[in-house]
Amino acid sequence: MLTLDRISKVYKVGTFGGTDLPAVREVSFDVDAGQVVSLIGESGSGKTTIGRMILRLTAVTRGTISYDGANVARLPRKAYYRRVQGVFQDPFSSYNPIFKADHVFRMIRGVYFPGLRDAEWESRVEASLQDVGLDPGQVLHKYPHQLSGGQLQRLLIARALLLDIRLLVADEIISMLDASTRIDVLNLLGDLRARGLGILFITHDLSLGYYISQRTVILRRGRIVEMGATAKVFGSPIHPYTKMLLGSVPHLHDRWDIDGAVAEAWAAAARGDTSDPCLYHEAYPAAAGPSGSERPALVEVGPDHSVGCVRGDAEGSCRGSARA
Amino acid sequence: MSLQITDLRVYYRTLAGDVQALDGVTLSIANGEIMGLAGESGCGKSTLGKSLTHFDSRMRYIAGEVVLDGVPLPVMDSAAMEEFRFKAVSIVPQYAMSAMNPTRKIGRMTADLLESRGVNAAAMRPEIDRRLELVGLQLDVLDRYPIELSGGMKQRMVMVISTLLNPSLLIADEITSALDVSTQKAVAETLVEFRDRELVRSMIVITHDVSILSQIADTITVMYAGKLAEKAATDVVIGAPKHPYSRLLISSLPEVGVRYEEKRLSGIPGNPPALLNPPEGCRFQARCPLAAEQCRQEPPFVEIERDHFVACWKAS
Repeated sequence: MLTLDRISKVYKVGTFGGTDLPAVREVSFDVDAGQVVSLIGESGSGKTTIGRMILRLTAVTRGTISYDGANVARLPRKAYYRRVQGVFQDPFSSYNPIFKADHVFRMIRGVYFPGLRDAEWESRVEASLQDVGLDPGQVLHKYPHQLSGGQLQRLLIARALLLDIRLLVADEIISMLDASTRIDVLNLLGDLRARGLGILFITHDLSLGYYISQRTVILRRGRIVEMGATAKVFGSPIHPYTKMLLGSVPHLHDRWDIDGAVAEAWAAAARGDTSDPCLYHEAYPAAAGPSGSERPALVEVGPDHSVGCVRGDAEGSCRGSARA
Repeated sequence: MSLQITDLRVYYRTLAGDVQALDGVTLSIANGEIMGLAGESGCGKSTLGKSLTHFDSRMRYIAGEVVLDGVPLPVMDSAAMEEFRFKAVSIVPQYAMSAMNPTRKIGRMTADLLESRGVNAAAMRPEIDRRLELVGLQLDVLDRYPIELSGGMKQRMVMVISTLLNPSLLIADEITSALDVSTQKAVAETLVEFRDRELVRSMIVITHDVSILSQIADTITVMYAGKLAEKAATDVVIGAPKHPYSRLLISSLPEVGVRYEEKRLSGIPGNPPALLNPPEGCRFQARCPLAAEQCRQEPPFVEIERDHFVACWKAS
């Protein structure tokens, strides 16, 4: 349904935009209908930039994003947004505090359903509220401050559902919610997926990605380091960065081995890799030259499981081992 | 007994009335204990941390006492607390990244801070060097400005500075929340190491992230709506919690290994009560599956087993 083909984003920073800051580098993946794809990365990995490019909130520097085969950049915005919508991290700043929360619905009506009768519109709103598990009587005609974070996020999802969307970009939508309510919003995504919605679930939290997604994309410094079926990426990770991330996740019932090597722990966090051999360079030896753009970004290591170069940020310098 | 808090009540002044953010907290922390303080937003966990270090202008002391190593802490009197801050009680703030003075070199700032407490900074230098080494920082960070350090380096530096005078109690307020998982783990290990080397005697680690506490805390205290719900050893709170709120909270946490298709977790319906006019009795009753007539009376926070405290009529 949605295909990202080697997309890159370079931000211009510094005085007069004289410095290039590559935020996303040659990222390719698909999101299909009825699938939750989790896009996992640490801060600065480019995950939010990818979401914003899909939602056309920022321009793509190189590469193409296509929706059902059509280049998204050339589609009329209104038609595209009827099918693809986003929900973001902070529910409290997504609303205008001087309007009632259901104002977000009215804005949709003005743009997309100008000719609809009141009664029909109201029944649509009620239906989509029920889809997200909200009681219309409890949330309509309330100001944002009268509702909880979970309710506000559900309202935004309900707003997107009014448009009969096929793809939802969910960027850290439950990170700011309390533990006791966030899981219900996550389950809601699972229910919507079962009804055929495609969801790009952007998160830094590996356990949430594991819980909800069918496919996982791990990003590091703008590049995909590993992707594939969630069970494979989590169950038999190959890239040392993925392994390091998984090793750092706190488990409730399994304690870390804390050995007093504090300085080493910090060094590992900064380095983010180990001395594991680089499978990418086994398949594509560095002798092919430093102009890596001819080579694919990832190498397939199994069915629906691909991995990138260990030193993805300094292509050509990696010769099969992270410490080379 | 390192820290003893008895019936501490701290409210926030608002135009609409007092918000009862901390309503009768009684607990003790032993020497060498890392106590995790868990709870959702607005439960009063940060208010408890702030009450022990620095009252802000909206906070109003109502009642209660705090005793640290046998000495009563004048928590309600900010000027009198000056004597204890940094020496006896210290804090690592959440935004450690921006906690340092950007116009001073780090060494100079640290020296100023020490001199302000009447400590000779030059004499402390060898100790500072040892601690920088412990956390893997080069000694030349002292000659640099904060802007020259990466986020992780700043985080470590602030942890070193906060603990320089070997405080008896260290409060770490949400210090892992804004961090990447890899850095989070390093911060957690640093906290444990500081305790193991007795650089700090005991610690309160405040966080909404129970899984971090399960890694590093000796005991976990769960707060709900301004009151303590449960306190026990970490394995007990994680493995066999008694308060219905802790039970539902822990069972709602996803972790790697749990999938939606195989095991569907569920949240807790409803919202916490507003603390402007909290309901009579147990504050969890509106969301509690076990709520009964009895719960209109406030349940006491009692020891139901050795070192296991619960505030619930139904737990025993």
